[in-house]
Amino acid sequence: MKLKGKRLSKTSAGNRKEETLELLRELGLSMYDKMDNGVFPDIVFPSRSVRNLVYDEQLKQYILGANRVTRSSQNIKGIRPFTHIVWLAFFVEKLLSQGKTSTLRDVFYSSQAYNVLFKDQPESDDIIVDLEAVFSKPRESFSIYPEERSAIFGDLTIEYTVPGYEGKKLNLASHPDGYLIGPSLSTAEMVDTSAEMVIAVEKGGIFTRFVEEKVHEKYNAVIVDTAGQPPRSTRFMLKRLNQELNLPVYILTDGDVYGEHIAMVIVSGSANAAHLRELTVPTAKWIGIWGSDIVKYKLPSIPLTDHDYKRISELKRDPRYQKGRWRKQLDFFLKIKRKCELEAFAKYGLTAIVDKYLPEKLENVKSL
Amino acid sequence: MVKSQVTFAEISPSEFFYRNRDLAGFSNPSRALYSATRELVENSLDACEIGGVLPDIFVRIIPSEPCRDLADPKTYVLKIQDNGPGINPKFIPQAFGRVFFGSKFKLKQARGMFGMGGTMSILYGQITTHRPVTVVSSTGDGNAYKFEMMLNIRKNEPIIMHKEKLPAEGVTGTSVEISLQGDYFRAAAKIQDYFRQTAVVTPYANIVFVDALGRQFFFERATKSMPTTPRATLPHPHGIDVEALRRLLIDKKENTLMQFMYNNFHRVGENTARKFLEYARMDKNTDTKSLKTKHIVTLVDALHRYDDFLKPDGSCLSPIGKEILEAGIKKELQPEFIATSIRPPSAYSGFPFIVEVSVAYGGKFLSSGLSLFRFANRIPLLYDEGSDISYKIVRHDIDWKYYHIGSDAPIGIITHVCSTKIPYKTVGKEYLSDRPELERELKNAIRDSLRQLKTYLSRKGSIAMVERKMNIYGKYLPLIAQFVTDLSGREKKPNYHLLLNRKASDDGKKEKDMKKMVKMNVDNNLDKNIKEEMSEVERQTAIEDFGR
Repeated sequence: MKLKGKRLSKTSAGNRKEETLELLRELGLSMYDKMDNGVFPDIVFPSRSVRNLVYDEQLKQYILGANRVTRSSQNIKGIRPFTHIVWLAFFVEKLLSQGKTSTLRDVFYSSQAYNVLFKDQPESDDIIVDLEAVFSKPRESFSIYPEERSAIFGDLTIEYTVPGYEGKKLNLASHPDGYLIGPSLSTAEMVDTSAEMVIAVEKGGIFTRFVEEKVHEKYNAVIVDTAGQPPRSTRFMLKRLNQELNLPVYILTDGDVYGEHIAMVIVSGSANAAHLRELTVPTAKWIGIWGSDIVKYKLPSIPLTDHDYKRISELKRDPRYQKGRWRKQLDFFLKIKRKCELEAFAKYGLTAIVDKYLPEKLENVKSL
Repeated sequence: MVKSQVTFAEISPSEFFYRNRDLAGFSNPSRALYSATRELVENSLDACEIGGVLPDIFVRIIPSEPCRDLADPKTYVLKIQDNGPGINPKFIPQAFGRVFFGSKFKLKQARGMFGMGGTMSILYGQITTHRPVTVVSSTGDGNAYKFEMMLNIRKNEPIIMHKEKLPAEGVTGTSVEISLQGDYFRAAAKIQDYFRQTAVVTPYANIVFVDALGRQFFFERATKSMPTTPRATLPHPHGIDVEALRRLLIDKKENTLMQFMYNNFHRVGENTARKFLEYARMDKNTDTKSLKTKHIVTLVDALHRYDDFLKPDGSCLSPIGKEILEAGIKKELQPEFIATSIRPPSAYSGFPFIVEVSVAYGGKFLSSGLSLFRFANRIPLLYDEGSDISYKIVRHDIDWKYYHIGSDAPIGIITHVCSTKIPYKTVGKEYLSDRPELERELKNAIRDSLRQLKTYLSRKGSIAMVERKMNIYGKYLPLIAQFVTDLSGREKKPNYHLLLNRKASDDGKKEKDMKKMVKMNVDNNLDKNIKEEMSEVERQTAIEDFGR
């Protein structure tokens, strides 16, 4: 495989790590000085309550409003969560500086080694989100990763930064099942690629078909399997591909309201992550399956369920669904009262989705 | 037309009670064993208190030899022995062999009402086993007198079967032994409750109880102070009835109605007597012997209606008192906290009464939830709790939320009513009727002691809060210090003791004040316990020997 060009990433993973470490240490220093001077340390960050959720037209995503919460060590009710958050800062500083990773569950159990007990995992998960809000950084920046389930495949060479693999390179087209988007991939530097676009698909079956049908060669694409609603590390990966390598991102989902919302979350984030900025790809394009495609391609479809209707009416209240294609397609699903899956193209043969639909859509997308 | 023949015959009091023994608490073998035990124990306690002697009571229930291995109900031998002043041998046959003979047929606070209970027990024993009662008593003149007797039920007379004089140097007291049909298996729990609760209100007594299974229960004396002896008192005009007045008039020697009035009534002096007779429009010089029944009825009516008699005073009564009551509660319940409220004397229908209430909280023995311990003239009331006035008050009238007491709080409420006449609803002496005056006093006393408990609990709560707070800072601040030291890369920990000291001085003052206040209420020397083993074997042997 020939490399068509070499693009260097703008912010290297290493720099990002140093920056986070610096922020953590500054936090520690300021608290240290307060305590040493007989002042109860506290920590202030944006409130994550629903009432403080604001939709930002410019950023095209939900952000947190002006309300702030203070966790103080002076207050009897606050000292426990305050200790939790300080411990977590201390713990992730250790993780980052030692190049280790952990999961939400790891964090819950690790706390017990330091005599900082969480009553259950939701409590420790909550503290992790608090720390994200303090620094406006996703937990992946703190070396806390979800269970990996999504995958990536295509001509992209990365260079590991994780201990034991530093400097080691890998081309992501070397293994036909793709590579898990895990901690080592998320922290790797993106060294080289010939790709011209990223195609994110909702499910593994289609991902495999795309690899088999050599979509990565035919369209010079990096293929990402989001495995349903993409985890943050996957959104973070898409963001880096878009930002660091200037690759356009196209999203292919099932033709239903859930598929549409997967695309929306990649484009403009989720309400749950309103305190974060690094997870959205505002220029990403949802290329299908649209409601109108069901009619246009005469795809086999099934009736909407009660859940679908409920979800549609919820999304119709979301400011991001008020206009444009997003709104039009929601209304279209309502109108035809039907939905379909990506596999529906199999009606025209297993390769129809790659041979017929994809090129038409990619052509179409230029006008979007 | 021939009318059916009806025969009328007079029956003796013994016979009346023989026929109606259910009324007096002898309805079945288990209840009877319990009733006989308590009646005789109460007689013994009364005797000791009248004699001003700290009571040593020994009680033993054993199966009668031939029935040792039979199933209940069977014949038991019940023996009760005290160290009271003893009974003059002249009176023993009458005292134990005749219903309605006794020293108690006067207006005076006493456990029993008519001296009936003891004889009822003997009567019941005789009916069920046909064995005599054995009474041994010594008044301290160097001799003890032993009587074996049975009752002539028809004639209400004792039949002495055997009489003996025994040497008994330097001891006084009475021992009674009866055989009776009983069911210890079923009665055991009630009888043990009875002793435990009796120990609560008579902490000045040593009580040894040996039960039918050979177990010994020892309720040890916890104080040497005894309540003052109750005094006999004249009837109050509001409390007299026609029959009682008729008897008074027959017994007394006064000539004029005026003299009769001020000699025979409680708190009636010459002045009151004259005013009353004017009110009743009766000549003060009327010869009492000339009064006919219709005059007596009119007189009683006027006595009840006249409002200006002085209220009965409670000086003749003998409340247990805060000190003794709390000693008993501490000894038997070992609570964390006790509050006592003693009401001033009050009266209903011409009978004075005093209400005493203690509230016990927490500790070793109180189980979760409310336990009610009812006492009247120092006897525990164990049956029919649901019909009792105190039960109604604590279950329906007290707003527990107001006192911040949850339904599972370990609380004991001890109510004691003493009076020259306890308003029992039945002869069985088990529950008090809801006289408004009594209800009011009980309510006030219960509320007053609960208020004290509320104060204690809220102080205790605040102290616990402050302590918890300090514990929390003491736990978390060092952790925070450790984490920020590590995070900031500094060498030594920040001086977080500054912060701890600041917290401590904020809360410390409050805490100290409250601790002082609570300490006054909590007595930690609550280590006296019920000893199921006899600790003073010699004393028991001495009591035993005396009985033989």
